[in-house]
Amino acid sequence: MNDTPILHVDNLVTAFDTEQGLIRAVDGVSFDVRAGRTLGIVGESGCGKSVTALSIMRLLPKPHGHIEHGRIMFHDQDIATLPADRMHAIRGYGIAMIFQEPMTALNPVHKIDRQLGEVFELHFPEMDNARIREKSVALLKEVGISEARERMNAYPHQLSGGMRQRVMIAMALAGEPEILIADEPTTALDVTIQAQILDLMVKLQQKTGMAIIFITHALGVIAELCDDVLVMYAGTVAERAPVKTLFQHPRHPYTLGLLSAIPRLDNTPKTRLNTIRGMVPSLYELPDGCRFQNRCPYAMAGCSIAPPPLRQIDDNHWVSCYLYR
Amino acid sequence: MNKKSPSEPLLSVEHLKMHFPVLGGIFRHQVGKVYAVDDVSLTISRGETVGLVGESGCGKTTVGRSILQLYQPTAGRVTFEGKDLTRLSRKEMRDLRRDMQMIFQDPFESLNSRHTIGNIVEEPFVIHGIGTADERQQKVKELLRRVGLSARARTRFPHEFSGGQRQRVGIARALALNPKLIICDEPVSALDVSIQSQILNLLLDLQQEMGLAYLFIAHDLAVVKHISDRIAVMYLGKIMEYADADTLYAHPAHPYTSALISAIPVPDPTCRRKAEILSGDVPSPIHPPSGCVFHTRCPYAVDQCKETIPELAAVAGGAGDNHQVACIRTGELRL
Ligand SMILES: Nc1ncnc2c1ncn2[C@@H]1O[C@H](COP(=O)(O)OP(=O)(O)OP(=O)(O)O)[C@@H](O)[C@H]1O
Ligand SMILES: Nc1ncnc2c1ncn2[C@@H]1O[C@H](COP(=O)(O)OP(=O)(O)OP(=O)(O)O)[C@@H](O)[C@H]1O
Ligand SMILES: [Mg+2]
Ligand SMILES: [Mg+2]
Repeated sequence: MNDTPILHVDNLVTAFDTEQGLIRAVDGVSFDVRAGRTLGIVGESGCGKSVTALSIMRLLPKPHGHIEHGRIMFHDQDIATLPADRMHAIRGYGIAMIFQEPMTALNPVHKIDRQLGEVFELHFPEMDNARIREKSVALLKEVGISEARERMNAYPHQLSGGMRQRVMIAMALAGEPEILIADEPTTALDVTIQAQILDLMVKLQQKTGMAIIFITHALGVIAELCDDVLVMYAGTVAERAPVKTLFQHPRHPYTLGLLSAIPRLDNTPKTRLNTIRGMVPSLYELPDGCRFQNRCPYAMAGCSIAPPPLRQIDDNHWVSCYLYR
Repeated sequence: MNKKSPSEPLLSVEHLKMHFPVLGGIFRHQVGKVYAVDDVSLTISRGETVGLVGESGCGKTTVGRSILQLYQPTAGRVTFEGKDLTRLSRKEMRDLRRDMQMIFQDPFESLNSRHTIGNIVEEPFVIHGIGTADERQQKVKELLRRVGLSARARTRFPHEFSGGQRQRVGIARALALNPKLIICDEPVSALDVSIQSQILNLLLDLQQEMGLAYLFIAHDLAVVKHISDRIAVMYLGKIMEYADADTLYAHPAHPYTSALISAIPVPDPTCRRKAEILSGDVPSPIHPPSGCVFHTRCPYAVDQCKETIPELAAVAGGAGDNHQVACIRTGELRL
């Protein structure tokens, strides 16, 4: 396996100009993505997972969202500063994304054949209609849609949630991307359908060797699917580690808290769960210093002075917490 | 009645059916039925939690709403403390609602956004004409404290609160009239894990202190198992299996339960097991499959399953009536 990262995100800061002021939804996030591997990004609602993904795709809502600082190196190009037309080429066969809400990404008034066809036209302008149709059907089969030829004539609302998600995956794969970003692709699905989709993604990755960035708030899915994990909290990286290290030797108090707060099937019923007290601070009223301090059982005087830097404490294991120095 | 519990149950649901009409054609006449709930029986004792779990659209919410008589059931009986709810007058039912409350998945939708938190929690007292204004304010403060909110919350509005806080408000309101049963419809599904565990603990504490019974509806089996004494697994309007929480997890007797358990991602990367992946989608409740409704996805289905509707019956060699399953192949299968 080639160990040089194909994507290297370095100290990314993404801001929004809002009526109530400027917020940094992503504030100093760094990570690497390697070919054939899956990076999981996990964290609670609003911690900046989708904004990180949209920054990489350069699809931030304009004009109020922008990359304020940092580099996003895709091979040797910096996506953060790339001209719009060059970015266009990267989207699709460089990096493709499956969005959090499948219904907003699929056009409700067009049939599947047209939507899939348009993606092929975009990436392969030289392809003729017959060939596009052939490729589309093959791709639908590949993502596990039975009766693919018939489904080409369906509208999105005629498909189940799981099938719509398969179509989304097909559209993202049409350009044979090097990196697939999947933003909560299974959150709206039932567990038995989620299991089908996760299985599909693993198989597609084995076949194509693409890298996957998998965004979720479910630690179970992370454990099942990912090689490396990035735990985000209020726009920052709390901890970054290979998946086994993260689950076996979690270091950041937030990661520890999360892992002990999930109900597990083998728990004794009706026992109290561990909790993380309090709530995530608002991006408009962030404390000085560590953003987790108000909820942290280990908070010390120094935590409210300056944000803890992300430090490497072991092989590939990074933590931003003053407990480790 | 085929289930016995040590004391008389607080609530018993017998052969409940709720079929909704499907309208079509230019005259909007009935062209079919949604078999949303199709023969569900269960009991809940005082202070007990019964979990109702199943995939989207299997009829969980409809069971909850039918129990509260928010729908007029197509068939079956709902008995609360010995009274048949399907035969009560409006007035009698309204009085009885004090004892049976409901909390919802999205507390935002269920809370009137133009009312203050104080008004929202006070409303049940006002509706039932309980106490003076001062007494009611006192009660509201107590309730807010009880669910972990400050008394200052009274003058604020729902949008100023986070999802977890709004869920606390919904719980405070449900508790106002000292109910005996709360139907919790996906109360933590929209919450982040750290907040979800706070709410689950709160529900457990309240149950201990007040002797509440819960019908706890959710699609997440790990959550349901954590809070429930007994669990009913639903699929396409029917109960597939009904057992003690531990038994259900350790000795599932229905292929669907077993698949559901195996599909849940385990938060431990060292035990990535091959999930037993069910193929296909849940069929439409407008045209449920013949025989066993699960046969189209069941890896163990035989021809007979397409014809025979399995009865929910005690598992042979199991825990008697405390472990029931609806599968004609129980006993033969090693799950
Ligand atoms: N267009 C926008 N304008 C202003 N603020 C925004 C915008 N989009 C996102 N934000 C803010 O940025 C923060 C991060 O949002 P983001 O969507 O990345 O969260 P997330 O981690 O994906 O959460 P979820 O799990 O709910 O999808 C949030 O506080 C959000 O309110
Ligand atoms: N008022 C109604 N009229 C017609 N059909 C309905 C009505 N309410 C529910 N249904 C249908 O009945 C079936 C069961 O719905 P229900 O809401 O009870 O499912 P559920 O198990 O609560 O699902 P979820 O997990 O998505 O909340 C679904 O097919 C639904 O579309
Ligand atoms: Mg998101
Ligand atoms: Mg429901």
